[in-house]
Amino acid sequence: MSEQYTYAVARIRALEVALFSNATIEQLIACSDYEQCLQFLAERGWGDSDTPAEAEAVLGREEEKIWEVVKDLHVDMEKFDVLSYPKLFHNLKAAVKDVCTGEESRHIFYDDVSIPGDAMLEIVREKDFGKLPQSMQHAAAEAYDTLLHTRDGQLCDVIIDRAALDAVYAAGREAKDKIIRDYAESTVAVADIKIAVRSQKTAKSLDFMMRAMAECESVNVTQLAKAALNGMDAIREYLKGTAYAEGADALSESPSAFERWCDNRIIQTISPQKYNAFTIGPVIAYVIARQNEIKTVRIILSGKLNDLPDDSIRERVREMYV
Amino acid sequence: MSIWENLGLVYALLGAAVAVFLAGAGSAIGVGIAGQAAAGVVTEDPSKFAKVLIMQLLPGTQGIYGLLVGFITLSKVGLLGGGAAALDPQTGLLILAACMPIGIVGLISGKYQGMTSAASIGIVAKKPDQFGKAMLFPAMVETYAILALLISILAVNAVQI
Repeated sequence: MSEQYTYAVARIRALEVALFSNATIEQLIACSDYEQCLQFLAERGWGDSDTPAEAEAVLGREEEKIWEVVKDLHVDMEKFDVLSYPKLFHNLKAAVKDVCTGEESRHIFYDDVSIPGDAMLEIVREKDFGKLPQSMQHAAAEAYDTLLHTRDGQLCDVIIDRAALDAVYAAGREAKDKIIRDYAESTVAVADIKIAVRSQKTAKSLDFMMRAMAECESVNVTQLAKAALNGMDAIREYLKGTAYAEGADALSESPSAFERWCDNRIIQTISPQKYNAFTIGPVIAYVIARQNEIKTVRIILSGKLNDLPDDSIRERVREMYV
Repeated sequence: MSIWENLGLVYALLGAAVAVFLAGAGSAIGVGIAGQAAAGVVTEDPSKFAKVLIMQLLPGTQGIYGLLVGFITLSKVGLLGGGAAALDPQTGLLILAACMPIGIVGLISGKYQGMTSAASIGIVAKKPDQFGKAMLFPAMVETYAILALLISILAVNAVQI
């Protein structure tokens, strides 16, 4: 057993005290309005003294804080590839669309990844896809050509999203740490299920689904796609025979319950890391937990801003890590 | 003075060295592991310094036990009082064997006590009010170092010079 992460894990344990529990989230929901929610967050140290009292500014600053802590721990950043790939591929998607449509700055880029927006735009403009990580090169060229020739933005999204899932899964398979393998497996399987559900609702073809879904161990994509062709009940029936049986129940309940289950499933995957003292697991779990926390707070703030009733917000709230 | 004529004394000194060296190394490893965890917690919450320092020091006792056995051994063979005893190789080997328990158990228990301390420091980081319970886990590992110390002291004293 390696003691390489002893310092990092102990520091994360101290930081976990500040993570929001389910009770804290309940207190946030109980705030009377959007402004009171922001005040509640400020009292708990969210944002900085100079951060504007706006949801996106506060949440953006909190996202930055996560990576500031991780960089401070001097942990090998390759371990976080499974978490950073979705943002990296998002940058690629935005850059391809900007360059092909000529409408620059229309899309938002993430700058806290290895290839930030400006660099990605430069690569796509010059079609210098060799500068991208290997897992992105083929998808970048294919998406670029597809969008340029067909002007089909959805197909471009499908190509890049599928490549992102494949990259996450490959990073998981190559990882020695169990949490990274489990996270990658859960992420890809849940994404496949989401694709099946959405494709069923929009009556997509089998070919479309097979192109969008990524192979993984816990879900048979061919069977899932065929089930999606036969309707929602067939998807539920298929899921009951997999490790994602609870997803079938959530699907029966409501679309928002299903979305919530998808995120809760990831939190359940990382939960055992609360009792681990010597591996990278708790650090990765902390990053995922913080991202989940920020996502949940965003849902609540958006609900408050749109005057949604508390019960309606509560239905969308994710399970907390602590 | 030829080393071969004093082989008994060489063995006895080797015993003292084994006790001090191995048990001390165990403590150094253990205190090092616990120290990393303590530093992690104090980085985020300096108010927990006193509690985590106690946790860090727990694996330090093996080194003290090794030192104690080393002193008893040196005293037994007369090296501390001036005038070393004339030991035959058989008696020297008996003293070396007597020093082994604290040396070996000190090394292993020191490392594992350090790891348990590091894990317990995680408890203190999240639930400082559970400090007493958290301290018991590394203290359990100490039991076996104490048993080894006891046997080493009894065995060194039992050897007839």
